[in-house]
This record gives sequence, structure tokens and C-alpha cells, in this order.
Amino acid sequence: MLIQACNLSVRAGKTQVLSNIDFKVNRGEIVTVIGPNGAGKSTLLKALVGSLPPSEGRIICDPGLSIGYVPQRLYIDETLPMTVRRFIQLPNRAKLADIRATMANAGVPGLLDQQLMSLSGGQLQRVLLARAILDKPDLLLLDEPTQGLDRPGTADFYRQLDRIRQQLNCAIIMVSHDLQVVMGQSDRVICLNGHICCQGKPEAVSNSEEYRALFGFEEDEGTLALYSHRGHNHGPRPVPELSHAG
Amino acid sequence: MLDDFLVRATLAGVGVALAAAPLGCFVVWRRMAYFGDAIAHAAMLGVALSLTLSTSIFAGVLTISLLMAVTVSTLSGRGYAMDTLLGVMAHAALAVGLVSVSFLSGVRIDLMAYLFGDILAVGKTDLMIIWGGATLVLIMVGWRWSALLLSTLNPDLALASGISPRREQLVLTIALAIVVAVAIKVVGVLLIAAMLIIPAATARKFSQTPEAMALMSALIGASGSVAGLSFSYHFDSPTGPTIVCVVAFMFVALNTVHSVVRRTDNPRKSDQNLA
Repeated sequence: MLIQACNLSVRAGKTQVLSNIDFKVNRGEIVTVIGPNGAGKSTLLKALVGSLPPSEGRIICDPGLSIGYVPQRLYIDETLPMTVRRFIQLPNRAKLADIRATMANAGVPGLLDQQLMSLSGGQLQRVLLARAILDKPDLLLLDEPTQGLDRPGTADFYRQLDRIRQQLNCAIIMVSHDLQVVMGQSDRVICLNGHICCQGKPEAVSNSEEYRALFGFEEDEGTLALYSHRGHNHGPRPVPELSHAG
Repeated sequence: MLDDFLVRATLAGVGVALAAAPLGCFVVWRRMAYFGDAIAHAAMLGVALSLTLSTSIFAGVLTISLLMAVTVSTLSGRGYAMDTLLGVMAHAALAVGLVSVSFLSGVRIDLMAYLFGDILAVGKTDLMIIWGGATLVLIMVGWRWSALLLSTLNPDLALASGISPRREQLVLTIALAIVVAVAIKVVGVLLIAAMLIIPAATARKFSQTPEAMALMSALIGASGSVAGLSFSYHFDSPTGPTIVCVVAFMFVALNTVHSVVRRTDNPRKSDQNLA
């Protein structure tokens, strides 16, 4: 177990954003958080990062857990000059060879001397990913990493994630809207709407009533037919039973 | 060598400029220009306090600046907007300071010296305090540099890397308080913010990295101090304001040069692309 949320509740001001969240994530797993707008997906990641304190419950981490975080968006103040080379070495300096390898791994070789502000949305996302994996974290937290990417770009991004997960043997928790790709690429799906509606294997979640109610799919719509296309096996996958909550 | 008042003044100016440079960059990056101003205004209360208690001006100003810095850091994000809070505290402290100074009987105080600095009266002890403070600030900022940068860029990224943005902000505000306290003799209460912001703002367009911007603003601040001092000596103008005039002139001149160079550069580049 790398990280575990126990009965986690988070408030923003007086509003209860998350209540009674329970889940745990093991090394090597890709867990995707889906849910409608305002469901508290980003809030959940921020709570895991430690930027929003729990109002109830707690988060238990593996001692010495290192986290790589890719925020939903990065606002860069125009007064701050920052090259990609400098940015991905914050806070820890790294060897040039490692930096080059990581940039290539994240799919953005050769951007090192560009200003962060001059990057396109897709490039910035990948640079953020490169920075997050440079220090070889145990846990990657990605907040809608594929926004601003087109369909081939998204598919490509998920393939890269899978490769990164295998190389680093890290866990990945990610927020996503790409339901179809999510279902194909995740080991587990957490369906969130203020509380956990359901969680489990993608196949189980996409067949559950809660999921269909949340995303408004009619029976037999067949939108989720893509999930079974798995080219290879990702080793041991702990697959908990589909659990209903809330 | 230190017996010459001009040498002492030059060293004092350069010392303040070096310490103010990296802090000024953070003030610009974090958009907290008003924060530097507020601490400086509150410093007037420190002056009054130390005159009343007959302690050293430096100690009084440092105490009040630190108090102000910590109070504002703690209170921010608790129902008041930062600038409202700063406006209340800064001007209240300045007003209380000015009123208390007026009640001090028997002491003739040259208020102008504190408002605009009196760099030509810098003694050997002042010089030691200035360079001691500047060294301390540079060590603090250098030690926390990466953590400060990341917290400035994005607090959540900092937290994920195990850095506490609140702690870094506290380090920064304490360093600011120290700079204000040591700079009061050089440029005075009203012009300290200028020494923080103008060199950093001038360096922005010529820098690719944060480190380059900090180094360049140190260079601009230090050369501006030396040039301002020599102008003020030759034309018998008030020294603090003259130094600020020089760095402000450098801001305008260098920015103009930058935009002219870019405008003449760009057509040439597009010509090459066509060829």
C-alpha cells in the first residue's frame, strides 16, 4: 500500500466538497478518478498532495513516499523568467543526461531552452509530466493531464503513462474526462460525486447503475465498447470487488 | 580607507543593493510590491520607538518590521484582503510613528533623514550592520532559493515536493524586514520599495532564468547606487532620491533600448526566413 484515504472529508469554506472517501492505492496501479464537474476530483488530488487539510478522516502515506504532481493548470506570471531546463529542476538539480532522457520519455525532447510561457498547452502538460517524473516518484498524481490534447495525442499520452508506470514501478492516480480511454487504460476506476459512488475494475464500474446514472448513459448504448482492447498484461493487478458506497 | 565618508556611503549603497536585488525579484514575482512598502511605512513606528527608548534605530526598526511581517503573514487569508490589511496596518503604523515622534520633547529629530535616508552620515557601525544584515539576507535567500522559487511558481507543486509554502513565505518576509531595517539609513522609509522593485523590473526583459534576473538586478542596483551617489555629490542633491532617480532612469533607458532592438531585429529575422 502506498497511500490510503480513510473516511476522508474535505471542506472548502462552509461547503462540504468531499465526504467519507475511502480507498487505497498500491504500487504499480493506475487508478482513474472520474466524475461530473464540481464532483471534487481536483479537490481529492489536492488533499492527497497536502494542500487542502482534511476536515475529517485522514490520509495515510507510506513513510518516505515521494509524490510527482501535475496540476490541472499552471499559471505562470509573466514577471518570472523561467526556462524549461530550470523549471524541471525545481526543487532538485539533476544531471543533464537524466533530464534529456526524461524529456524524451515525456514526449518533449528539445524544448529545454524555451521559456515556459512560450509553450503551447499540450507542451506545457508534457513538461509538467517530465518534471513530475524526473525525481522518480513512488506516486504520480495527474489532474486532467490530457486536456488540450487531441484524440491521437491523448491516446499517445496514455501509452507514455503506461511506459512510465512500468519503468518507475510507481502508482498513478489521475483525474480524467476521457471516459473511453480511461476504461481501457486504468486498473481501477473511482467514480466520484462528492462521495465515492462506486469503485472497482473499469468493466464493473461501467456496468454499474451508479455510473450510468451519473453520466446519463442509456442501457445498451455501447459507448464503452473500447475498454476490452488490452494489448498486454500489466502484471499482478489487485482487483477489489466493486464496492458501493454513499 | 573607511575614514572617507564617500567610501563608506558607496559601500553602504552597494551592500543594500546586493541584498535588495534577489528579494526585489521575489517581490516582483509574487506581486507583493505593496508588502515592501507597508513594512517600510511601519518602520517609522520603529524609529519613534527607538528614539523614545533610546535604543539603536536599527533594533527598533527591525523589531517593528519583523512584527509587521509576521502579523501580516499570519492574518492574510482570514477574511481580509491582503492589500486592505496592509493598508490599515502600514498607514496606521506610519501615522502612530509620526505622532509619537512629535511628542518627543527635548529631542530635535531630522525627520527627513528617516524618510529619505542619510547615506552620507553612515558610520563604521552602520556599515557593519548593513553588511551583516545583507550577508544574512543573502545566506537566507540562497539557502532557500529553490524552495522559494517553487513556492512562488505554484504552492501545490511545492507541497507535493515536501516544501511548505507558508514556511517559505515566512523566510521571505523576515528577510524583507531585515532589508528594510538596514536600508533605512541609505534610502529612507519612503524609497526602500523603489530599491526593491525598480532594479528587478529593469532586469526582467534581459533575463532568461530567475537566477540571471537576480544577478542582473544586483548589478543594476549596485551601479545605480554608485552613480547616484556621485551625482548627488557633484550636484549637491539629496542622495537617497538621487539613487532612486538613477535606477528609474536605467529602467526607462534599458526598456527603450530593448524594445528598439527587438523592433529592428524582427524584420531582419523574417528577411532571413524568406531568403
